[in-house]
Amino acid sequence: MKTITRQKPFEQILEDLAQDSSVFIIGCGTCATLCGTGGVKEVAEMSEKVASAGKIVTGTAVPPTGCDEVTAEMRRAFKTELRAADVILVMSCAFGVQTAASQLNKPVAPALDTLFVGKEGPAGQYSEICMQCGQCVLADTAGICPVTTCHKGLLNGPCGGTNDGMCEVGNGRECAWTLIYNRLQKVGRLDRMRRYHPPRSHNAVLRPGIMTLTHSREEAAKH
Amino acid sequence: MSRLKKALDSGKFVVTAEIGPPKGINLEGVKHHIELLKDKVDGLNVTDNQSSVLRYPSLGGALLVKEMGGEPILQMTCRDRNRLALQADLMFAYSRGITNVLCLTGDAVVVGDHKDAKGVFDLDSVQLLDTIQILAEGTDLGGNKLDGAPQFFKGAIVTPEARPLEPQLMKFEKKIEAGAQFIQTQAIYDLNNFRNFMDYARKFNVKILAGLVLLTSAGMAKFMNKNVPGIFVPQPLIDELAGVPKGKALETGMKIAARMIRTIKEEKMADGVHIMAIGREETVPQILEMAGVA
Repeated sequence: MKTITRQKPFEQILEDLAQDSSVFIIGCGTCATLCGTGGVKEVAEMSEKVASAGKIVTGTAVPPTGCDEVTAEMRRAFKTELRAADVILVMSCAFGVQTAASQLNKPVAPALDTLFVGKEGPAGQYSEICMQCGQCVLADTAGICPVTTCHKGLLNGPCGGTNDGMCEVGNGRECAWTLIYNRLQKVGRLDRMRRYHPPRSHNAVLRPGIMTLTHSREEAAKH
Repeated sequence: MSRLKKALDSGKFVVTAEIGPPKGINLEGVKHHIELLKDKVDGLNVTDNQSSVLRYPSLGGALLVKEMGGEPILQMTCRDRNRLALQADLMFAYSRGITNVLCLTGDAVVVGDHKDAKGVFDLDSVQLLDTIQILAEGTDLGGNKLDGAPQFFKGAIVTPEARPLEPQLMKFEKKIEAGAQFIQTQAIYDLNNFRNFMDYARKFNVKILAGLVLLTSAGMAKFMNKNVPGIFVPQPLIDELAGVPKGKALETGMKIAARMIRTIKEEKMADGVHIMAIGREETVPQILEMAGVA
């Protein structure tokens, strides 16, 4: 599972940096590196572009995971560079931007847009697999998520926009319900497609999602 | 009481047609179409931001049909409203004498003219039908009691030419289980295929109107084959349209529609037809005359 990101247009990044003359750039060694949006190479390129736009780049860093805590080690290693920067430009998913904001006490600017949480397919292709809806229906859909894979998130079968296995939205999108139908047939569970699904609850997880993990129920009862 | 239901129950060959509200608030054109068609058909569908293109609302159009003495069929898609808005609009519609609803999923937002809008799809077409049933029983989707319950005549659609077909048919059956009482099909052109579909569909307790989109030229037919999911115009019909002198294609399209209506009626293939003339509504009375159903 990877967080898929896309670099913002540079003009937009510059707009976010308009008030700032010095910038520290943070990348990410995991997802953004794999996406080619915030690895060592992209951070170096961004550093050059920001410099040629007339700003001072006080330093750059590509921690192993941009979303985890900014380590004390990193803060020590880049103490002067971080202090000298007016703003932290973050080349990771929104998680990394929020981590930097909460831990470095500096204004932040995102260099990337976070698109979705996806799984890697062949040759650098990523596809979205789960929307975290909090009410999994995969047993009825042969393990293909209609909430995510169907453009409209339909629960009760295909709409009229399905065409030879493709979706009306185009761009090579496949019809989720044709995929589901084909796989249900293959595994001998086509009857599952006849089940009526009532409207989904949009309150299965109260947004924003917050969860306190406890011990098992039995153990919790003892405490 | 729905006049459309009465017509279908009477066993007569029923004709419905479609009108599209304007982009803007000038209602002269749509009023003209209503005036032209209201006494010639058993129901007038009013489209709901068709193809995800913003228009005057279907609810406003349906109300206009009602006020002008016609029998409106309110098209409702699940694309633009959540379950509160859909239920509220349904109550409003019924309180103003609109008794027929056609439940649709709705096209994807990105095919229309507000590509950055949010596609809602809080309900799907089956769930919308079920919701209307729940309202009829006197409660809302939240399980709360209503003071006065709407009793709609409920419709849905099916695409008999969809590929693959079986998933569509499974959904068709779900729609009937959820309370669909009449079905207007997506456009059909191959009557042999339609006969096969009807052999299957006849097993269900639902009235079926064969959908016909008026062909206006060979180019338009080819365009639909290429771009509209679930519509397949057979080559002989395209050849027929292409084989007439320039300026005669529309007339040929009308003849084709009339011929199909006549066959469907004579062979009692369906309970009636639903004519979608898409911008050529003024041709419908003549098509009906040519078909012998005026």
